[in-house]
Amino acid sequence: MSGNPRLDGVGLTLAYERRVVAEELSVAVPDGSFTVVIGPNACGKSTLLRALARTLRPRAGTVLLDGRDIHALPSRAVARTLGLLPQSSVAPDGITVADLVARGRYPHQGLLRQWSREDERVVAESMAATGVAELADRPVDELSGGQRQRVWIAMALAQQTPLLLLDEPTTWLDVAHQIEVLDLCARLHEEQGRTLVAVLHDLHHAARYATHLIAMRDGRVVAEGDPRDVVTAELVQEVFGLPCRIVEDPETGTPLVVPATRRPRLPQARPRVVPTS
Amino acid sequence: MTVLRTAGGRSLRWRPRSLVVVAGTALLAVVLGVLAVGGGDYPMSPADVLRTLTGGGSAAEEFIVGELRLPRLVTALGVGAALALSGAVVQTLLRNPLGSPDMVGITQGAATGGLVVVVLGGSSLALSGAALVGGLGTGLLIRAVAGSRGLAGHRLVLVGIGVMAILTGVNGWLLTRAPLMDAARAVLWLTGSLDGRGWAQAVPLLGVLTVLTPVVLAGGRAMAMVELGDETATALGVPVARVRQVLLGAAVLLASVAAAAAGPVSFVALTASHLARRLTRAPGPNLVASALTGSVLLVAADLVAQRALTGQQLPVGVVTGVLGGTYLVWLLAARRRAGRN
Repeated sequence: MSGNPRLDGVGLTLAYERRVVAEELSVAVPDGSFTVVIGPNACGKSTLLRALARTLRPRAGTVLLDGRDIHALPSRAVARTLGLLPQSSVAPDGITVADLVARGRYPHQGLLRQWSREDERVVAESMAATGVAELADRPVDELSGGQRQRVWIAMALAQQTPLLLLDEPTTWLDVAHQIEVLDLCARLHEEQGRTLVAVLHDLHHAARYATHLIAMRDGRVVAEGDPRDVVTAELVQEVFGLPCRIVEDPETGTPLVVPATRRPRLPQARPRVVPTS
Repeated sequence: MTVLRTAGGRSLRWRPRSLVVVAGTALLAVVLGVLAVGGGDYPMSPADVLRTLTGGGSAAEEFIVGELRLPRLVTALGVGAALALSGAVVQTLLRNPLGSPDMVGITQGAATGGLVVVVLGGSSLALSGAALVGGLGTGLLIRAVAGSRGLAGHRLVLVGIGVMAILTGVNGWLLTRAPLMDAARAVLWLTGSLDGRGWAQAVPLLGVLTVLTPVVLAGGRAMAMVELGDETATALGVPVARVRQVLLGAAVLLASVAAAAAGPVSFVALTASHLARRLTRAPGPNLVASALTGSVLLVAADLVAQRALTGQQLPVGVVTGVLGGTYLVWLLAARRRAGRN
């Protein structure tokens, strides 16, 4: 499954202004993998993704894209290889779905190459793949959260990059839409052969969809590898401080984390009537 | 959307509605321009104006049109376009619908420069120069205080508002220091006026516009990406920091040169791009439509300023505020009635 890494962070020190998030952090994204990064809040997983996507410049170390320093490559060339779905994007007032998805073609366009047949085809395909084709002429600000997220994914797809990074793509979505988005990611990975890197909060989702799992804590990689090997009760305890049992997911056979109860179940099922005095 | 493709793999794409708006505002600017040149103490018919402009007028007509009225019109067109472009750039790059050079203190900085000359006494050329220096200096000051990473979003806005507050205070103090006659002249200049503007104001303005308009237009597509957020724009291959640096610099220069030519005319920079967007209904910075809308707005305002009250000319800045503001409020109200917001 894992070939040479296409995206490689080497000895990264990541920091915002004065706050250092990670030091000497090294990660490799195997080619053709669906890599998922997990870890507790503020462990540096989104920061790592930003560094890999070159929206955050590391204070030390290098990010290598196909073996070359990503900051030394022309920005547009990188944008044809590596796409990013950030946690938050802004849909301009009144923009339609089709117009927004079309903006994903920017790195393939120029002053005299504004809308090729290829652009048209890819935008239509991206909207079809994410199930937003019938929304094409609707303003994005009228859509539901789940629809909107699919539109942003369609825009990232229209960029046609073999590598796609997704920063918490399921946040703000209800459980059905979370599964829908993750199924879509799995299809992109399996059917289109894209290499995906996603930051996810839900351990169950991570274990179910990832082919390569990276568990982080305090800016360090604690474990990485196939989720069936990585996700153990000890690891969950170490990374999240959560006592749990691991059972087999009856649907997929992947590890399913069942948190331990912290206190015995209360005996009374009915609400108590508090006597008034 | 209309697409034109050539055999060589080249393609152009535009919105028919945007094209209609651009053509319409351009036509309107020409019509208003002919009316503006024809009006005044020596009235001329549109036919006379066109005949004189094409070189067929009498010596008197040549003088009135070529030396008095045409430079005023050109200044109005240029100031409108410069302010509108500046406003469109600031709004887009700060992702703030209220963003404009007025809001971040550039206009007030230009006013301070001009007022210093009024208080110390100086020619109108010195006044223009000082306004330009004041605007540019304020831009550099904001950049230094906000820091190179602070050019995005709220930090720049807050620093700009702070600088604006300080400069407004300084401007008030300068006005109280000026002798009464000079203070009256200063207030007129502060409102924004096109009275007595000649080629000395129009030519430098046109020069700056000739250089900066292509720069801003070339950045239009990148700006449309920055609208989506810095991270998304970077992911799409836009060098966001450099785009901001260059285009905000251009916006400061455009606003300063406009203030140097006509004084700190209010509200055009803020309104023009909103009007253009309402008209084209297109997302993105709508740069060409905004620039033309700004030109139309300023020429129309100057026409009203010259004709509204008989025997008395209003400063154009009074009218841009009233006209632009009313139109914007009306448009928003009309949209609300139509069930949109």
